Amino acid sequence: MNDRDILTRTWSQTDTSSDLDLRLTDTCLRDGSHHKRHQFTAQEVHDIVEALDDSGVPVIEVTHGDGLGGSSFNYGFSRTPEQELIRIAAETAKRAKIAFLMLPGVGTKDDIRAAQDNGGQICRIATHCTEADTSIQHFGLARELGLETVGFLMMSHTQPPEVLAKQARIMVDAGNQCVYVVDSAGALVMEETADRVAAVVAEIGGEATVGFHGHENLGLGVANTVIAARAGATQIDGSVRRFGAGAGNTPLEAFVGVCDKLGWRTGIDFLTIVDASEDVIKPAMPEECQLDRMTLMMGYAGVYSSFLKHAGNAADRYGVSGAKILLEAGRRKLIGGQEDQLIDIALMLKAEQDKEAANR
Amino acid sequence: MSGKLTAAIVGPGNIGTDLMFKLLRSQVIQPRWMIGVDPTSEGLRLAAEQGLEASHEGVDWLLKQDELPDLIFEATSAYVHREYAPRYEEAGIRAIDLTPAAVGPAVIPPVNGEEHVAAMNVNMITCGGQATIPMVAAVSRAAAVSYAEIVASVSSMSAGPGTRANIDEFTRTTAAGVETIGGAARGKAIIILNPAEPPMIMRDTIYCAVAPDADRDAIIASVFAMEKAVQEYVPGYRLLQEPQIDEPSAATQGQTKVSVFVEVEGAGDFLPPYAGNLDIMTAAAARVGDTIARSLL
Repeated sequence: MNDRDILTRTWSQTDTSSDLDLRLTDTCLRDGSHHKRHQFTAQEVHDIVEALDDSGVPVIEVTHGDGLGGSSFNYGFSRTPEQELIRIAAETAKRAKIAFLMLPGVGTKDDIRAAQDNGGQICRIATHCTEADTSIQHFGLARELGLETVGFLMMSHTQPPEVLAKQARIMVDAGNQCVYVVDSAGALVMEETADRVAAVVAEIGGEATVGFHGHENLGLGVANTVIAARAGATQIDGSVRRFGAGAGNTPLEAFVGVCDKLGWRTGIDFLTIVDASEDVIKPAMPEECQLDRMTLMMGYAGVYSSFLKHAGNAADRYGVSGAKILLEAGRRKLIGGQEDQLIDIALMLKAEQDKEAANR
Repeated sequence: MSGKLTAAIVGPGNIGTDLMFKLLRSQVIQPRWMIGVDPTSEGLRLAAEQGLEASHEGVDWLLKQDELPDLIFEATSAYVHREYAPRYEEAGIRAIDLTPAAVGPAVIPPVNGEEHVAAMNVNMITCGGQATIPMVAAVSRAAAVSYAEIVASVSSMSAGPGTRANIDEFTRTTAAGVETIGGAARGKAIIILNPAEPPMIMRDTIYCAVAPDADRDAIIASVFAMEKAVQEYVPGYRLLQEPQIDEPSAATQGQTKVSVFVEVEGAGDFLPPYAGNLDIMTAAAARVGDTIARSLL
């Protein structure tokens, strides 16, 4: 082990009953819900949770891609109600804790209560990275209910480190126990990740842990995650086989392999999770998560990863370029949740296209 | 009194101040009092400048005056309004509630503006409700709506501390209004706060599920008619696109999907034009106030 690979902050310092350096969360059953167009079946959720639990993944997130209450026209209807999927996951996991996500403005406190009743143990609340104060009432409730809490600062590439640190402070003061720097667009380039994680650690490191959630839209998921851990993040998100929005998340099994090489303890068995990836996760995926024209555009223009399928749908429906829709979404500074505006953009592009054709 | 009812505005924040400028133009309402709790409030200063009696001693002070207002416009918070609503009623004062307290029946001017003209307390739902429920009602007039969902995107700058601290109240109150006033069998509301600079103008999307054999031309005509009806009191309310009709599919749960896209640009009375969400609240409240005043004069 190299000197730089001795982590200054570890999960075992937070949870003294644990011997993990990093605590990993797999989110293929939440972030992957976007890629799956929210069509998970009960059987798939059972099989994936069983396989991840066997390989030692300590936290598994299960929810509609857009969080509790996300089943909708705007984000896509769930094939199986998410609360049922949470219940199945909780019944299946022997060791892993089940986490769920909620976005203030989409879900409500009642959804949090229901998720706990169904066996969810970790409440993850996500806001755009300048709107942390919309989560205060939800953190208050989650702590009151005895849930473990995590806060997501989404689209972290759009704000400088000091802004993220202030927003992290709001969440922690509200009762949150861990703040994630979330690279929703897969747009952060390594040093930008390190600076953001370090600023959040400096602000709240004495009271709460720090996490990192990466996307692969510029192919930097693992690299960003390694540098985030070196900067002090002790909770890490990934999805086996990248099964997530956009070009997918940090591939969890690859990151586990890298941690083995760096001597960082994750509690996850590399060979078992690699088998799970091939034998259980791959068959549940509609296709592999690709680094292609559309997803590269998202990382390059800083576009929220879950816009991918919706931009594709609008492009097909109106006969316009999906890549152009994504670039315009970046130009308009759309944030997570504004999927409806992609239709407006497609209609605008179609009008332009029709006008050009008429002039020809 | 020159044939006008008197009004007090409680809550001299952005909403209360913008509302004051609208009421100053009313033919049937005279805004006489602006009530706050902070002596340094900019809204109280502006109200005094406009000739209103401005007090920072709260509603208790107002209710002790010899002359009481005919109408109170509440622009504080749901919590405050729930506390004071019974006292307004005891004093015989009609309340127009701009908070999501939902003490009285909800009113959307072009949909049920006349229905609750005799109620002692009426509620203006939420900004997102005022912007979207008219369109749900427009579709409902032409076809049965089994489910309606609204997405309101507003500039972060225009979302005050009350909205932020109680965002669940927004989603719940708006969804209830989509059902009770919009006429949808089931309603859902989503709100997004976007911090983009320059600030984005309020945008709303309204999705309605209707039966595959619904009369599409009638739905579209009804939506355009509703745009005109809202423009009577919010000139900056406009459809961004023609209503879009999507054929039934698995993605629409077997129903025809009607999508309506609107933008709400404010009049810029006090709040900047991007804050169409706040303008549509104050414009709707002023309109409801006028309707009540005309019924009493």
